[in-house]
Amino acid sequence: MADRVRVQARVNGRVAEFLCEPRQSLLECLRDILHLTGTKEGCSDGNCGACAVLLNGQLVNSCLVLGVEVDGQEVTTIEGLAGADGLHPLQQAFLEHEALQCGFCTPGMLLAAKALLDRTPNPSEGEIRRWLAGNLCRCTGYDRIVAAVQDAATRMQRS
Amino acid sequence: MKPFAYQAPTALQEAVAVLAAAGERARPLAGGTDLLVQMRRGLLAPDLLVDVKRVPELGQLGTGADGQLRIGAAVPLDRVGRHPAVRAGYPALADAAGLIGSVAIRSRASLGGNLCNAAPSADSVPALIVLGATALVAGSSGSRSLPVERFCTGPGQTVLRHDELLVALDLPPALPRSGSGYLRFTPRGEMDIAVAGVAAWLLLGEDGRVAAARIALGAVGPTPLVATEAAQALVGRAPTEEALAEAAALAQAVARPIEDVRGTAAQRRHLVGVLARRALAAALERARGEGGDGR
Repeated sequence: MADRVRVQARVNGRVAEFLCEPRQSLLECLRDILHLTGTKEGCSDGNCGACAVLLNGQLVNSCLVLGVEVDGQEVTTIEGLAGADGLHPLQQAFLEHEALQCGFCTPGMLLAAKALLDRTPNPSEGEIRRWLAGNLCRCTGYDRIVAAVQDAATRMQRS
Repeated sequence: MKPFAYQAPTALQEAVAVLAAAGERARPLAGGTDLLVQMRRGLLAPDLLVDVKRVPELGQLGTGADGQLRIGAAVPLDRVGRHPAVRAGYPALADAAGLIGSVAIRSRASLGGNLCNAAPSADSVPALIVLGATALVAGSSGSRSLPVERFCTGPGQTVLRHDELLVALDLPPALPRSGSGYLRFTPRGEMDIAVAGVAAWLLLGEDGRVAAARIALGAVGPTPLVATEAAQALVGRAPTEEALAEAAALAQAVARPIEDVRGTAAQRRHLVGVLARRALAAALERARGEGGDGR
């Protein structure tokens, strides 16, 4: 085994310190070392978006980031999306619109949608579809997901 | 993935020294969106990854005193494509940077990485070529710069030696009455690889005629190709639809497409004609100040 490296990052607002091999992806570190298993492994080559997390607020595929690269950085996973007072408006809208079936793509989809609304609070349908193109869903056909994102955007602008 | 060591130098000279010492066993790591996939597939098995994202020179993005726009090699495509100076002065690059992969890929994938990966279909490379970009390279025996059109030597092959690192791309000052555009064809609207791509740049004279032009083609040869004669045929002429169509036909003659799973050679050659006409029209519109900035 190669030498393990000490990594200190802020994960979901808390300091997380762990040891990992340089070859371990951020996805592996999150799931296998920090036991944050909400982030899913799909294709492991950047096509499906199931492993999407926010790195310093930017949407990334955690399968294409090394654990050692996040030393000193800030990571948000699906476990960090809900606030102390309950679900994030996107999570609530996904439930109400039944924007999921098997749920495997949902953590990545929600973080991708959050990254969109952080940048574009009132996106058009086209903007939502184009933005979510890197997140594959084999159940819903996407229409309910798009409707949920639109609804969450409206609610978040009202509040 | 095979085990490897990881270093993240914070100075350019240090990065170059580490690469030089390790020779062929080391690889620079920027966004990792190509490199880590190739390593996971077993196509590459370096003993050392040198993360270059903490080297200041590779993260810079801005216009210098000489009016040139310098883009550090490790700057992610998302930042390149949204930068106001890129959108205003170099719209072909904004077009290309906004098309590559998904949002999550563009957060990481760097402009320098797209060039160094040297895929024949790399979207940003034809755009860099028509914009007259030069590549600044640092090595253990000093630095050098060369035009981007001479950077790629074959699929996955570049002029870089093992002790050399791409530092930045320099784009000459954006001229008044100039415009550019990049267009590609993909079967899917997103998340796909170009079957063919064309970038065009036009400079108009005060009389509205074409004063200078450049056209570059992607995914129709082992490297991006420059369509010199096609561009030259426009110079001195009024940029009419006929003139653009004639240039597009000349560009088709430069294409040397292969047949593969993405398309036949005939389809690719046809696409070059269509895309060249449209890319020239987009460049013209922007040169006239009608098209606004990048999309």
